[in-house]
Amino acid sequence: MFKSKTSKIAGVLLLSASMLLSACGKGGDKETSGSAKNALEQIKSKDKIVIGVKYDTRLFGLKNPSTGEVEGFDIDISKELAKDLVGDAKKVEFKEVTSKTRIPMLNNGDIDAIVATMTISEERKKEADFSDVYFDAGQSLLVKKGSPIKGLEDLKKGTKVLAVKGSTSAINISQKAPDTTVLEFENYTEAFTALKAGKGDALTTDDSILYGMVDQDSNYELVGGTFTDEPYGIAVKKGNEELVDAINSALKKMKENGKYDEIHKKWIRSN
Amino acid sequence: MLDFSILLNNLDTYLEGFKNTVLASIIALLGSFIIGVIVAVMRIAPIKPLNWIGSAYVEFIRNIPLLVIAFFFYYGLPAIGVTLPAFVAGTIALAIYTASFIAEAIRAGIQSVPKGQMEAARSSGLTYLQTMRTIILPQAIKIVIPPIGNQFINLVKNSAILGMIAGLDLMYFGDLVSSRTFVTFPVYIFVAMFYLVLTIPLSLGVGYLERRLARSN
Repeated sequence: MFKSKTSKIAGVLLLSASMLLSACGKGGDKETSGSAKNALEQIKSKDKIVIGVKYDTRLFGLKNPSTGEVEGFDIDISKELAKDLVGDAKKVEFKEVTSKTRIPMLNNGDIDAIVATMTISEERKKEADFSDVYFDAGQSLLVKKGSPIKGLEDLKKGTKVLAVKGSTSAINISQKAPDTTVLEFENYTEAFTALKAGKGDALTTDDSILYGMVDQDSNYELVGGTFTDEPYGIAVKKGNEELVDAINSALKKMKENGKYDEIHKKWIRSN
Repeated sequence: MLDFSILLNNLDTYLEGFKNTVLASIIALLGSFIIGVIVAVMRIAPIKPLNWIGSAYVEFIRNIPLLVIAFFFYYGLPAIGVTLPAFVAGTIALAIYTASFIAEAIRAGIQSVPKGQMEAARSSGLTYLQTMRTIILPQAIKIVIPPIGNQFINLVKNSAILGMIAGLDLMYFGDLVSSRTFVTFPVYIFVAMFYLVLTIPLSLGVGYLERRLARSN
């Protein structure tokens, strides 16, 4: 068919190049249509939902060392979600996330949704889609009882405030108290351990999380009230409106049938 | 996709981290070398209890993850009333950890000089220390330099441990920028490049020394 050796080689090269190109094209198509092809249906077809939750946040998501189970407000909300989306509260798999790892894990496809004390922010909306607000928190300060720090105004030059990498509170505090030194840790356990070890003067994050720390060690107290609004939302990978809608309707249902109030009462103190 | 403007906007932050990484590396490098020499001497000195202490140091420290040692110095010590800043705790951990490998390298180097030389020197009237200084160590140094150089390269890379305890190093600020901007890939590539700026010259230097010492044989 080919006249000479060179044209044969050229033919083979051309053929393989075109195959490569078409393969690339196909692969690309498949990927885009795959992720657009409805995360909700994928969850239903694998018959379980994988949710990223905190393992170190008392009252919201905490791994109970004696039972090995994760427990908290976020956990119970996730179970209700699973009941609504896949029909069974047990068909949920929990994976540990931190403030730093949750969005990368969501984008990597390790988890279907984040229910992990996550504030809805404009910056984060560029990275993930959010459900309606399911909990209202506000940023506050945790100090050792008897500390001279009584509020935001006492955070001056030289005071050290501990926070967690990737949390909105770390960013907020450097804006609200620009003179103070902020030290950021991997997770809340380490930040609280550092506070107890005297590595800082105050710890800042959402009041909801701080109450969990007080629950654990009553030598510490919240001071200065809340100075931000932190509306928590459930995050899913960008471009999944169906899943967001399904989550929103599940949340709505929870609020209507009293399940939400029940979970709220179980974990959150009323002060 | 790869938005490199994030890197330039945060250049100050990186440089601050880079400075601290360099500082921690230099201090830990000196510290680990001094401790390493002392431990190596203890291991080979002709005094049994010193041998035991030296061996215990190497076997314990070498077989514990660096992260655990760093957490011990940062989170653990306050329990007995010693509170160290993260930078100090991390640098000490780095020095202590690397020292165990350096001690091993030195010990291996000294013991690779044939035993007969020690015996010959001693029987011709030199003391133990004189033999060490004039006969054994000059030969051992040539053998020891490449592995020690490698340990120094490891030390620079391991200094990223400071990032885990808020030690304000390159890794800490890299983590911070990536967790705030959600730009992970370019940020960590940039961090890696900063480490390479330190480790590649070190690596070339070790290679150069190795070649020169080989030639002088």
